Amino acid sequence: MKGNKKAVRYNKWGYIFLIPFIMVYVVFQFIPMVTTIYNSFFENYMSGLTQIGPRFVGLENYKNLFAQGDIGLYMKNTLVMWIICFIPQILLSLLLGAWFSDVRLKLKGTRFFKTVIYLPNLIMASAFSMLFFTLFSDGGPINSLLMQIGFISEPYKFLSNVGSARGLIALMNCLMWFGNTTILLMAGMMGIDTALFEAAEVDGATSTQVFFKITLPLLRPILVYVMITSLIGGLQLFDVPQILTNGTGDPMRSTMTLIMFLNKHLYSKNYGMAGALSVVLFVITAVLSLIVFKVTGNDKRKG
Amino acid sequence: MDMAKNEGQELNKGMGLHARRILAYLVLITVSFLCLFWFYVLFINATRSNSDLQSGFTFIPGGNLAENWKNLVNGTLPIWNGLLNSLIVSTCSAALCVYFSTMTAYAIHAYEFKLKKYIYPFILMIMMIPTQVTALGFVQLVSKMKLEDSFIPLIVPTVAAPVTFFYMKQYMESSLPLSLIEAARIDGSGEFRTFNAIVLPLMKPAIAVQAIFTFVSSWNNYFTPALILHDDKKKTLPILIAQLRAADWLKFDMGQVYVMIAFSIFPVIIVYLFLSKHIVQGVALGSVKG
Repeated sequence: MKGNKKAVRYNKWGYIFLIPFIMVYVVFQFIPMVTTIYNSFFENYMSGLTQIGPRFVGLENYKNLFAQGDIGLYMKNTLVMWIICFIPQILLSLLLGAWFSDVRLKLKGTRFFKTVIYLPNLIMASAFSMLFFTLFSDGGPINSLLMQIGFISEPYKFLSNVGSARGLIALMNCLMWFGNTTILLMAGMMGIDTALFEAAEVDGATSTQVFFKITLPLLRPILVYVMITSLIGGLQLFDVPQILTNGTGDPMRSTMTLIMFLNKHLYSKNYGMAGALSVVLFVITAVLSLIVFKVTGNDKRKG
Repeated sequence: MDMAKNEGQELNKGMGLHARRILAYLVLITVSFLCLFWFYVLFINATRSNSDLQSGFTFIPGGNLAENWKNLVNGTLPIWNGLLNSLIVSTCSAALCVYFSTMTAYAIHAYEFKLKKYIYPFILMIMMIPTQVTALGFVQLVSKMKLEDSFIPLIVPTVAAPVTFFYMKQYMESSLPLSLIEAARIDGSGEFRTFNAIVLPLMKPAIAVQAIFTFVSSWNNYFTPALILHDDKKKTLPILIAQLRAADWLKFDMGQVYVMIAFSIFPVIIVYLFLSKHIVQGVALGSVKG
């Protein structure tokens, strides 16, 4: 009885220690979220120097958002760039992860390689993008290098062609994220019971068989986690294309992402449309997060 | 017959292993080259003068680094201010974030209270929500609070960082026994003192890793600061980079442009090289269960 009382007295400290988190969360995340949703139901923008609204318009902003069709284009751009970044990234990460975690292979210098492949993840995305902009500009070092070795006879306009502009953005993102993915997958592979590999070896399985029949199936929860979090990250694609194209999304708006679109509305103070777009993005991420939550939740129950 | 078959298999596997090792090294070297090449070119170009840069590409550094640097510092971009601002914002964010995230994790880890079973899943749920989707309300709030051009809206929100919280919680589960806290109570230590004097020192490895991650992500952050900071004296490095991009860059001395990029990238690379072991381990540790 007495011990119980004491525990209760201590346990109020649980609430006390939570105060900073809750307060900051409510002020800087919850209230902004509510006002963002609130804004999405109001007409509120600047037409020249005159302020239009705020006036309640119900779902008008959402209707306009989808009727204009831009959101579809930007969604497509974002997804296309995510896919051409994610496919090589996951394949390379699986391969490297398998090699790093394979004890029989006895690779030397893995620490060096891990250090190098993780490095681009810490680089300031805007500076990295500015670097690529200068390197791949029409008179930049890459073009002069390619011309010096006789690969091309005149500068290739990397930033004026849809394919190469999207490709560059995907390349930068891939470079920045494959090291991180490799380390996540490697940690997952190291967590697999080594007895399984030994048993497979005794049965004479080749390393390809081991990879496809043991490693990959057991890695599925982590793979789903990596894929969904990468998709959530991909939807937030902003710094790299914003700096590379100076916010225009050129050529022909083919590299304009959803967040760049949002950023544009925020700068032009078109708060109604920005609100509607934010809510759409919020709903998409919430659904994706729920999937992650389910996957990792299941994983936890198992072990 | 059986033995011969076995031997053949062994041999086959042995060869396969050898070939696979060579393949692995080839791929690793190619990939490492792809990761480092850009920074090497950046380094080379930062040391060359504008006219050298126009005349074509070379792999040998030039002797113009000091000159480029001088031109940049005396130019129109307030880079020392930018560096100082970035340092202030990132350092304060990292300090506040790790201290309060540890505190939040401790509240969930060490105490039993009624709302715990709702609060813990709630924090995990909000973990994935990107800051961009609440940016509109955030900007309006900041302007209502008259905090534009202030660092407070960039620093204080890191107190509520679900990802850091989650890492700390995971770490506590593996290395902070509750019996230790019991013992401190018996010795008459107050709860707040126990947290500061016993829990925090035990969490040092986790705190170091998360401090680095928070510092770097704050250092690299472009979206939010660009919406909040408008005064030239208050701008952080990523905003200056964007300004450099938005300027009519052909008129620029390209040597200066490269030095500016190098100036934002290389400090992080150097710090990383010293701490890489802990960082890479930290990524792996935090990942085991997402």
